[in-house]
Amino acid sequence: MNALVPEIRISQVQLQPEPDSSGGGKPAEAGAVESSAIRAFLLSRGNSAIADRGFQWLMVASALSIFGIVVLIAFELVVRSQLAWSKFGFGFFFSAYVDSYTRLPMYWDPVNGHFSALPFLYGTLVSSFLALLIAVPLAIGLAVFLTEMCPRALRGPLAFITELLAAIPSVIYGLWAVFVLVPLLREHTNPWLIRLLGWTGFFGDDNPTGLGFVAAGVILAVMILPIISSLTREVMSAVPISQREAVLALGATRWEMIRMGVLRNARIGIVGAVILGLGRALGETMAVTMVIGNSPEIHRSLLANGSTMASVIANEFAEASGDLHLSALMEIGLALFAVTIVVNAFARLLVWAVTRGAPAQAH
Amino acid sequence: MRARIRTLTDGAATGLAVLSTVLVVAPLVAIFIYLIYKGASSLSWAFFTEVPKPVGETGGGMANAIAGSAILLGLASLIGVPVGISGGIFLAEYGRGTKLANAIRFTADVLNGVPSIVMGIAAYSLVVVPQGHFSAFSGGVALGIMMIPTVCRTTEEMLLMVPNAVREAALALGVPNWRSVLAITVRTASPGIITGCMLAFARVAGETAPLIFTAFGNVGWSGKLSEPIAALPLQIYVYALSPYDDWHRLAWAGALVLIVLIVFAVSLVRYVTSRGVLKGAS
Repeated sequence: MNALVPEIRISQVQLQPEPDSSGGGKPAEAGAVESSAIRAFLLSRGNSAIADRGFQWLMVASALSIFGIVVLIAFELVVRSQLAWSKFGFGFFFSAYVDSYTRLPMYWDPVNGHFSALPFLYGTLVSSFLALLIAVPLAIGLAVFLTEMCPRALRGPLAFITELLAAIPSVIYGLWAVFVLVPLLREHTNPWLIRLLGWTGFFGDDNPTGLGFVAAGVILAVMILPIISSLTREVMSAVPISQREAVLALGATRWEMIRMGVLRNARIGIVGAVILGLGRALGETMAVTMVIGNSPEIHRSLLANGSTMASVIANEFAEASGDLHLSALMEIGLALFAVTIVVNAFARLLVWAVTRGAPAQAH
Repeated sequence: MRARIRTLTDGAATGLAVLSTVLVVAPLVAIFIYLIYKGASSLSWAFFTEVPKPVGETGGGMANAIAGSAILLGLASLIGVPVGISGGIFLAEYGRGTKLANAIRFTADVLNGVPSIVMGIAAYSLVVVPQGHFSAFSGGVALGIMMIPTVCRTTEEMLLMVPNAVREAALALGVPNWRSVLAITVRTASPGIITGCMLAFARVAGETAPLIFTAFGNVGWSGKLSEPIAALPLQIYVYALSPYDDWHRLAWAGALVLIVLIVFAVSLVRYVTSRGVLKGAS
């Protein structure tokens, strides 16, 4: 397939008989004359072409299976969401059935068969952006500290701790959030938020449970921090040292050197890292399901219960009542799949463009 | 005056960076300490050997969940590891530099970012719907297709580190190409490939979402692979959301077991890769 792996066809090598062979009178034939043990050994080996081809195609097939997985997932999702798609069309994502008696929109009504993905889109977007708001400054601060300011001895342990943060399963984050974070928010943070920022209209006081978008945003922020931080560090170390030295030579303080020499050059990659974190936050299921309150409604308050696309699938899929319900959930899954693929592809392209093709870390 | 402002800004920026580091490290330390504190008190021999007791009775354990997780991960490795390593071999040996390999690498990275619940839906459509019931096999399939992109990428990175001299030496001796790749190149990079598999293993061990509607969970032991099976993260999820204190206790203990496993795997990976992967090549 390329020059790196030439195929060796031993049997096609023409060996000339030596003029003073010890055997003497063996006539030279169209094939080869054996006169050494090595030649005898090599000639007795069969042609490895078949095995080579077979092995190569096996490897190609395995690699193509990755394409196959994507195609398979897309195909299954599209086919099984056909029912909901034919019933609701595009309106599934931005309109809702309005109950004629209460005049309120009934977004997700498995009993009467009215399904709209609007509250889940809203929940996903709000919780993800809240998480980004909290995580991005912290992650960039951590990356800056680790790359530029950290004493060399601390760098290893801190990097290890950040890596551990990324490795913790989300269900354990959810467990901790339910028993530690939510009571903390309920008792201390939320009343304070309501008192200070209640005038904005985004912090209502009608949900005293501590669950809701704020809890989901905080735990999502903790989860996407390591990704953003480690990618930012990778992008910052890709900035050539000459840039740093040039800014320092002009008399900059350390922060000015970081700002002008490093962050300015790395900003495309940092945007890519942030978008990758967003991609992770969009699809995060378990921790969000445990703290967001699981209510298919839209409220302006950030302290209200809500639901995300992933959380509604996790909650209702196993017990979906009827084909339309399942199909609606499949359509939400399809939307989630499409959005995360687009976001991740875009982010990977950005990071790749900055680090120039060095293999991206698979998180 | 301007110099003072600049110095103050520098100090403020340093302070903010240190503050954000503390704010990041603090939740992790808090989680760990709380986990150990809550989980250690409920870890006992019974935890590892008994199945959950009915609600209201104290005691019981998560033996079925631990065994179930082991079975699911074994199934997932059976699917994910061979296909992933083969894909990595293609990317590094046969397709190096080609457009196809670049496309596959990019797709593998993007696939890593797809939510695990979507993989669960795929396994549901592929296995649960035709079979008509939840099963351990479908859970294994879901986890296995999650392992493939990760194993593929790490295998490729490890194989790229094998020096060309090793490959050329094998080919110069007349070793068939397929054998050179398997017995020489892959064997040289095998510590790295194994650590890559361990990383994927650790990541998949904690996944819950794809198992909710494939393996489904089980309150007891499952007999065959075609029955629903309990899994440790799934059990933790169900118990954490239940209203029973006893089950909460079990959830904490299970979380401690899970996290010890994962920290062990991650530390092992770090140790092996920092020690130098390719001792055999030099």
